[in-house]
Amino acid sequence: MDVFLQILVAGFLKGGLYALIGIGMTLIMGVMGIINLAHGQLMMVAMYVTFVLHSFFGVDPYLSLFVAMPALFLLGVVIQKYLLNPLIKAETILPENQVLMTVGIGMVLTEVIRFIFKSDYKSVTTSYTGATFFLGSISFSWALVVAFGIAVAFTVAMFFFLIKTDLGRSIRATAQDKDAAILMGVNTRRITVITFGLGTALVACAGTLLVPVYYVFPDLGGPFTAKAFIITILGGLGSTVGAIFGGVTLGLAESLGATYLGMEYEDIVGLTIFVLVLLFLPGGFKRLTKV
Amino acid sequence: MLSIENIDVRYGDLQVLWGVSFEVREREIVVLVGANGAGKSTTLKAISGILKPSSGSIRFDGIHLDQVPSDKVIGYGVVHVPEARRLFREMSVEENLIMGSLSRPAKAKRKETLEYVYGLFPRLRERRKQAAGTLSGGEQQMCAIGRGLMALPRVLMFDEPSLGLAPILVQEVFEIVKRIKEEGVTILLVEQNVRQTLALCDRAYVLENGRVVLHGTGSELMADGHVKEAYLGL
Ligand SMILES: Nc1ncnc2c1ncn2[C@@H]1O[C@H](COP(=O)(O)OP(=O)(O)OP(=O)(O)O)[C@@H](O)[C@H]1O
Ligand SMILES: [Mg+2]
Repeated sequence: MDVFLQILVAGFLKGGLYALIGIGMTLIMGVMGIINLAHGQLMMVAMYVTFVLHSFFGVDPYLSLFVAMPALFLLGVVIQKYLLNPLIKAETILPENQVLMTVGIGMVLTEVIRFIFKSDYKSVTTSYTGATFFLGSISFSWALVVAFGIAVAFTVAMFFFLIKTDLGRSIRATAQDKDAAILMGVNTRRITVITFGLGTALVACAGTLLVPVYYVFPDLGGPFTAKAFIITILGGLGSTVGAIFGGVTLGLAESLGATYLGMEYEDIVGLTIFVLVLLFLPGGFKRLTKV
Repeated sequence: MLSIENIDVRYGDLQVLWGVSFEVREREIVVLVGANGAGKSTTLKAISGILKPSSGSIRFDGIHLDQVPSDKVIGYGVVHVPEARRLFREMSVEENLIMGSLSRPAKAKRKETLEYVYGLFPRLRERRKQAAGTLSGGEQQMCAIGRGLMALPRVLMFDEPSLGLAPILVQEVFEIVKRIKEEGVTILLVEQNVRQTLALCDRAYVLENGRVVLHGTGSELMADGHVKEAYLGL
């Protein structure tokens, strides 16, 4: 029983980070109608930013959020403005080609980072890296708990922003009916740029929070893009609340799979759920939660 | 106030409007009538900038609206209530209304205008928290009109506001249109309810196959042989 609870706790904490990854992806998906297949690679870049800040300047990973998030926001803005939006202008190019472009961007990011840092696994060790505390007989990793708290804080802030501000409402409006949003005076081109920046900043946050408890290497982008994709499909494309459910579900499933089936099955569990959801609950959790 | 001069509009290679010209004067109700596919919605889209004319000009108080980016048009007080309402379906009624008031002057008066709109449509106040996509057809139309009013329009363009409504609601919508005009808003109305709109309007233009073929006051057109035959079924 304790083992089971322990696994649930670990999965749930991880799920908080996955939710953040998923919300970033789903925002971009909603507004632009495309899957961003560079999502995990952008997260990887953020992790290297944090790694560099820590190993060369001794900056605490949590503090480097203040650098990694704005930096990745800007990178996202540049990608959307100069690489993705020009593709919409050319009418002969199908919108699907934006997806191909994101694949290319992901590859370039991976190879650039590999060129600079080599393929080695790096890790960032802090005073709290292995630190744990106990509640009853369940142990909690400090780093994961803090990461979870920060992830929740950003998720809540994001919701507040989307629901309470004109800019947030304009993002949702653009996702729901682009032409109507234009009629209401929304500069939808600007919205796509801001949204890509925000989505990227959120995944940068998740990446930075993962640094103290995970490895940093150039090829981690691909698997995390796949996770982000699974989370958004689980949650229902474009649904922010769904992305939270999707993230937590994936976190729990991976934890359970890794324990009861073996570490090597961790990723297969996610993919299996993904296929099951597509088969039996197309539309994802959005079908159940309606938001 | 609003003058459309000789515009050609096309969807890609397909030309839909051919040298369309007309004018809307301050505080008028002007109606565009025409059969399905005549180009009425296309005309409104050209004015609100969703489509740009390939030639000709659209001027509003001397400003070349055809050269203004589409998202800036509403800022000049030229507001388009589109065909089929086009509400933000997953947003609440109130959020939809708020989306109408993004421009700086409209935002400054958001609270007051919201009260005004709720006064005009008490039904919307009752449903303010409800998702717009779950409203009835009539309520959706009210919400779409309300959203347009939130922008503090000087010219309000309606594209078939009576579409799909029961006769009693159609009547109500036209009453609202008149009321809005009396508050000083100029109105450009696209309708297939020819008889009722000709009775209500100051002037009307008849559009056929993308060209203006007739224009005059409502009563002139009602007496016109061609209009009687083609649109009034007499
Ligand atoms: N997005 C589009 N792409 C290509 N052709 C279009 C498009 N929208 C409209 N058209 C064509 O332009 C013509 C005029 O359409 P428009 O929507 O302006 O007609 P309308 O007068 O508003 O008709 P209705 O009364 O049915 O709404 C039609 O022949 C239509 O097929
Ligand atoms: Mg039409």
